[in-house]
Amino acid sequence: MNLDTSPKLACPDLLRLGGEHPVLLGSRCTDCGEVYFPASEGCTRCCSTAMEAFALGSFGTLWSWTIQGFQPKSPYNGGEAEADFQPYGVGYIEMPSGVKVESRLTIADPAQLKIGMPMVLVLLPYRQVPGEAPVYTYAFAPA
Amino acid sequence: MDNEVAIIGIGMHPFGRTDALSGQQQGAHAVREALKDAGIEWKDVGVAYGGSQDGGNADALSNQLGLTGLPFVNVANGCATGGSALASVIAAIQSGMAEIGVAVGFDKHPRGAFNPKPKDWGLEDWYGETGLMLTTQFFALKTRRYMFEYGITDDALVRIAQRAFRNGALTPHAWRRRELSYAEIAESMAVNLPLRKFMFCNPAEGGAALVLCSAKHARKYTANPVIVKAAVMRTRHHGSFEVFNPGLAAQQSPAPTVMASRAAFEFAGVGPQDIDVIQLQDTDSGSELIHIAENGFCEHGEQQHLLASGATDIHGRLPVNTDGGCLANGEPVGASGLRQVIEICTQLRGQAGQRQVPGTPRLGYTHVYGAPGVSAVTILQAG
Repeated sequence: MNLDTSPKLACPDLLRLGGEHPVLLGSRCTDCGEVYFPASEGCTRCCSTAMEAFALGSFGTLWSWTIQGFQPKSPYNGGEAEADFQPYGVGYIEMPSGVKVESRLTIADPAQLKIGMPMVLVLLPYRQVPGEAPVYTYAFAPA
Repeated sequence: MDNEVAIIGIGMHPFGRTDALSGQQQGAHAVREALKDAGIEWKDVGVAYGGSQDGGNADALSNQLGLTGLPFVNVANGCATGGSALASVIAAIQSGMAEIGVAVGFDKHPRGAFNPKPKDWGLEDWYGETGLMLTTQFFALKTRRYMFEYGITDDALVRIAQRAFRNGALTPHAWRRRELSYAEIAESMAVNLPLRKFMFCNPAEGGAALVLCSAKHARKYTANPVIVKAAVMRTRHHGSFEVFNPGLAAQQSPAPTVMASRAAFEFAGVGPQDIDVIQLQDTDSGSELIHIAENGFCEHGEQQHLLASGATDIHGRLPVNTDGGCLANGEPVGASGLRQVIEICTQLRGQAGQRQVPGTPRLGYTHVYGAPGVSAVTILQAG
């Protein structure tokens, strides 16, 4: 993806940009090793508060999926008119650590989505309003 | 047990849409109906617990029912509000705090899907803004994964909805009373695949109330008390697949439903095979599909056959949601769990008319489940 300037992100703290692919950021409990997305201040598994930053990576596999068939109410801010709303894919992606990350998908065609398929992290301009810079979020695409 | 508690009165304001009445008015109506059913007056009630999600405070019902000075506790426990109110009244009666108690739930939600605010759930704004914070999405994602793991097809989802509307058509107080054909359900709008329009319940309005007293005094008030053998509420453990979770743990753990169900069967000293009539949370077809197994009524994956063979129908081996459940009644969150209890009481009393399960049912079961990972189960016995 070519971006002339740094993209406006809905969730800048969740991503590290600059490499070949964006990288998702989370945290890990230094006591029991449990991994969290997004980063958590405490471990709900062992109740420790000793957490460290942890990079989840850019690749995973599709663990579950759906198609968002109607336009969400606020706080969704995609900005399109109701008549222009296009259904979008949503899924959980299983990352190498085992944690499953909920994410927009770049495709919304049930025929192209299969649990277990390899996926890669990309940026998706989910809000495109004329006269405004597009706003990006993280999403997964078939790898 | 000598300190058992019995339900001696049941009352409802029918679920659906009642533009002329507030949620609290529908709650007060339900309480009056339950008092009438028990043959007592509001001034006889020694303790009350109740709540709603969007309908205001329950203790404000006293302004309509009478300012008798009783301790009236507001309960705010999401989908488990009714179950929590019931468990609290039981504990109050068992402790000797009061002889007679009331549990009440009511609600009045705006039309359409809920639109929660991320901050209320400890989440950042991006989660809602980017279109991930929808309950319907969660149910679809959970159902899709479950169907994948246990080899279940869309057919099971259609049959659950079809049975709900078939039973709703037999239930005079149900909101949705039109039977739907298999094709109507299977071809309805793809809301969040694999879940379609007629596989989801709608937020609604209504009220439900119970009057309870110590089981040893129950026959003073009614010829057909219903004994509460267990009323259990549990919350999620780490690793449970719950709503509004940007990330799920590497290792999955059993749902709060499983924990509540096991504890309830243990308290009651009975097993799933002993239950004659069942109410399960059916926010959507996928939820009921999962809950049939999580509550112990079959193995995971057996549902497909059970549903296709009619085992969960009114005349089947495991009658589920005989009044049409949430799908046919809608879901006023505060009242929904008590509607389930009222339907089981009606069945155990043999007063369910066209939807009455055959024989003389002795044991019934109710189960609610909802955000943010809570479940409440009751086991009820004809007295």
